[in-house]
Amino acid sequence: MVKENLPDNTLKTLVPQAEVPRVVKPAPPRYRNEIAKYIIRRSDNCRLCGKCVEVCPQGVHVLKEGYKYFAAPHQHVCIGPSCQVTGHYCVDLCPQKALRMVENPMMKLLGDYRWTADMILATWKMAETGEPPPPEYGYEYECGNSGGGFDRIRFKFPDKPPVELSADEIDTSLELNRRNDGRPPIRIDVPWYGGGMSFGSVSNVTQLSKARAAVAFNTFTCTGEGGYMERLRPYDDHTITQVATGLFGVREETIQRVRIVEFKYAQGAKPGLGGHLLADKVTSAVAKMRETVMGISLFSPFPFHSVYSIEDHKKHMDWIKHINRRALVSAKVSTPIDVDMVAVGIYSAGAHIVHMDGGYGGTGAAPDIAKKNIAMPIEYAIVKVHDFLTREGVRDKVTLIASGGLRNAHDIAKAIALGADGVVVGTAELVALGCVRCSRCESGRGCPRGIATTDAELAEQISVEWGSQRIINLYSAWRKDLVDILRRFGMRNVSGLRGRTDLLMHLDYNNDVEHKK
Amino acid sequence: MPDKYRIKTQPVPSQHPRIGKCGVVDWREDCARCHNCVKKACVFDRYRQEAEYIRGLRDMDAFFFQCMGCFSCVQQCTKGLLALSPNPVYERLGNRYWTPEIIETTWSQAETAKIPVSGAGYRGKFSGPGFVSMWTDMSEIVRPTRDGIHGREYISTAVDIGRKPPLIQFDVDKPTDGLSPFVDIPMPLIIDMMPPAYRLPNLIPIFKAVAVQTGLIMLIDSQDLDTLDNELEQYLPHLAFYLGADAPVPRKELLQKTRLVEISDGDNIDQRIKELKNIQPDMVVAVRVELDSRGVERAIELAHKQIVEVIHLVADINGDQIGVEKPRFIKDMVRQVHNSLVESGIRNEITLMAGGGIALAEHLAKQLICGADLVTINLPLLIALECHLCESCKPGPSCPARIEEIDSKYGVGRMTNLIAAWHDQLIEVMGAMGIREVRRLRGEVGRALFFEELEEATFGKLFGSRKNG
Repeated sequence: MVKENLPDNTLKTLVPQAEVPRVVKPAPPRYRNEIAKYIIRRSDNCRLCGKCVEVCPQGVHVLKEGYKYFAAPHQHVCIGPSCQVTGHYCVDLCPQKALRMVENPMMKLLGDYRWTADMILATWKMAETGEPPPPEYGYEYECGNSGGGFDRIRFKFPDKPPVELSADEIDTSLELNRRNDGRPPIRIDVPWYGGGMSFGSVSNVTQLSKARAAVAFNTFTCTGEGGYMERLRPYDDHTITQVATGLFGVREETIQRVRIVEFKYAQGAKPGLGGHLLADKVTSAVAKMRETVMGISLFSPFPFHSVYSIEDHKKHMDWIKHINRRALVSAKVSTPIDVDMVAVGIYSAGAHIVHMDGGYGGTGAAPDIAKKNIAMPIEYAIVKVHDFLTREGVRDKVTLIASGGLRNAHDIAKAIALGADGVVVGTAELVALGCVRCSRCESGRGCPRGIATTDAELAEQISVEWGSQRIINLYSAWRKDLVDILRRFGMRNVSGLRGRTDLLMHLDYNNDVEHKK
Repeated sequence: MPDKYRIKTQPVPSQHPRIGKCGVVDWREDCARCHNCVKKACVFDRYRQEAEYIRGLRDMDAFFFQCMGCFSCVQQCTKGLLALSPNPVYERLGNRYWTPEIIETTWSQAETAKIPVSGAGYRGKFSGPGFVSMWTDMSEIVRPTRDGIHGREYISTAVDIGRKPPLIQFDVDKPTDGLSPFVDIPMPLIIDMMPPAYRLPNLIPIFKAVAVQTGLIMLIDSQDLDTLDNELEQYLPHLAFYLGADAPVPRKELLQKTRLVEISDGDNIDQRIKELKNIQPDMVVAVRVELDSRGVERAIELAHKQIVEVIHLVADINGDQIGVEKPRFIKDMVRQVHNSLVESGIRNEITLMAGGGIALAEHLAKQLICGADLVTINLPLLIALECHLCESCKPGPSCPARIEEIDSKYGVGRMTNLIAAWHDQLIEVMGAMGIREVRRLRGEVGRALFFEELEEATFGKLFGSRKNG
């Protein structure tokens, strides 16, 4: 335990902190019709015998007592033809052959190469139940279909774990302060925390839901660059406040109330460009928070006009460290070719956390030419930076956090195996809240699904309780997935997975390299 | 300080119904008439717009495809009747290279002149063929030496076309040999002739007007000159004649006011260039080299000839090598030419233009990074006119965009908007790189990342050799 050596005048949060229990509760989808992978049609041949109700263990077919006709089927729980093996396939068992099952053609329009329809549905399922989706659903949710990076990397699981461990024996916590500089240690219970999404880019309900889930899992959420909402104060101890190039809402007191302060030098979705909030989303509340004018687009500058060198960066760090004597400092950077040098520079300037945001990260709005086209995907950057920090002999003095396109527990585990200590997630939390990735976060007042919006009416679609529960459930399912991965390798700590590239294979390679163990 | 280069734009609405990615299918027969979809679910108000659209419909076969794909109505429909369906017309747009996404974004840029902006992250493949296999790079902490501290308004996109001497010798205060002629244009882009399958004579005056309005240059086949009006002379600074192998040399009066002429490659190029230079010594002459199986070697060979000033490398419309079984992509071929000239120490003396497969603003930036001084485009301008990029142009009403009927104001406006949007995107990406001059972007592979190189440097170490070579 590192001894805290803090001056007397060190401030902490001044408001009582909220407690949120880590309890999984069902959080059913908020829409009337769930998007189902399979569609079942019932023809006029049906004689209402009820056989289908009897055979289906999932409860797809609904014949309510006292009703003569079937209610609309619960298609979203249908697991498709895979129940043929267990002899529950209603289509075959219907005596009248009145049922027909097809794969939902809408699946083609849901999602994209990175977030496939299966992955979105599986994330919704996890957010609903708090459990990894049961295998019988057949969701291919561990990987997307982008044809590279995480989507082509797999774990080489042994046939049998070298050590049999129970889930309770496996530790997924992560220490964020490795500098031994007198600042307090901060250990989070899961190796991830929530990414910065400003009030303005997302609704305050979304921000609060993220914050409550962060408390439940003893991890963090981040304010983004849009200022520190008063309603976030009860979550100060689990909030990272961001100092970005726009400096919106950055005040001494907001720096002093938190345990981690993050500098945003760049963002993976739009490297080399500053934040971008289009006019329609700058409502009076957003404008007030950011101390700007309603209805005027906000383009944060790039870069920090006070930082043109690592020495300038150190001045920034010292400034924050002076204002808040107990805070850890993180620097969020993008992933250019020299990201390894940048990382070492950030470390040497005194940061506790180096946060790399890869080119495939999310955003509220970015020019299409910046997405994908500037800076490298996170998979490369992790390997590069981990190796370089190791060679420089400082790898264990800094926490390396990766983000930018991490979608589930498998991505998280792969990122750690490639060399990161932990990760930051963003889009997945929004998907848990019902995002379909239609990319309309920027248009008008924002998201038609009521997530990335500043419109009060749109935001009303989600309640804080439901939102928090969905994210808590998602985190819980992820933790179970992660624990399962560690269990299969017989590992007691997630930290033991770090840099274990020998446990990975790439489908496009011959995997013929001898690894030092 | 010289005037800032700015292209004047104004929105030019589409003339045809938008062809979106998805449409909503509803089965009216079981509809509860609750109007949830109309009144509540669709925040974009598309149902009401659709009703209005259908009321004013001229063509009965036109559908309303403005759906934004948010699934809200599908999920909120009282009876669960609604479904999104992929729009087959959208899926048929373009070809394997000119994807529906490229065509759609070109349309919207031509309409608004704005940089396309969207939310959420990147949705596409990790990497892929062609330009998708490279990333431009940015500068994390923009060093003052990389010019980034200056604002975007200081980024210059001007380029010079012509041969440059390796060094200039002075006699007191005058260069001893004089300077070779060069043409400067405010943006690294030239309007190329349309490929044979897409040649529409009525567009030539429109291209000319676009070249004038944007301050750029259009290449025009000397045989098409009669499609332009009699006041040709005043536009000559914006026209570059292309002379095919047997084309006669244009009138002397025309050539004397021309800045740039392009000739087809052949055995007699020395003689052809001399002939042209005799008429107008201050003219720059480019040689058009088709990137076929011998294209790269031929370009390198030509670059070593003192008489050649500019080489225009042209791949097919998809950016592929011409007439070979396993074609290479234009970026790799241009990079090879560029690197060879760098090794020979003559890269700075010659101008390389590259055309074929430049479909998006990012391709422009990436092609420059791969070694071209400027690019030439044609099809994007055609697509700006709501073209679907069929296999070849069809006459009259068979053309889905009715391009033969467009008026000049619409055509010039759409194409100008597209070029302006590309210019803004070029500045955007240069700002991210911290580069202030587009001339310095040429061959600047330090500001780019290549899939193959990154894979080898990172995953190669971890996973060994890559399958299939």
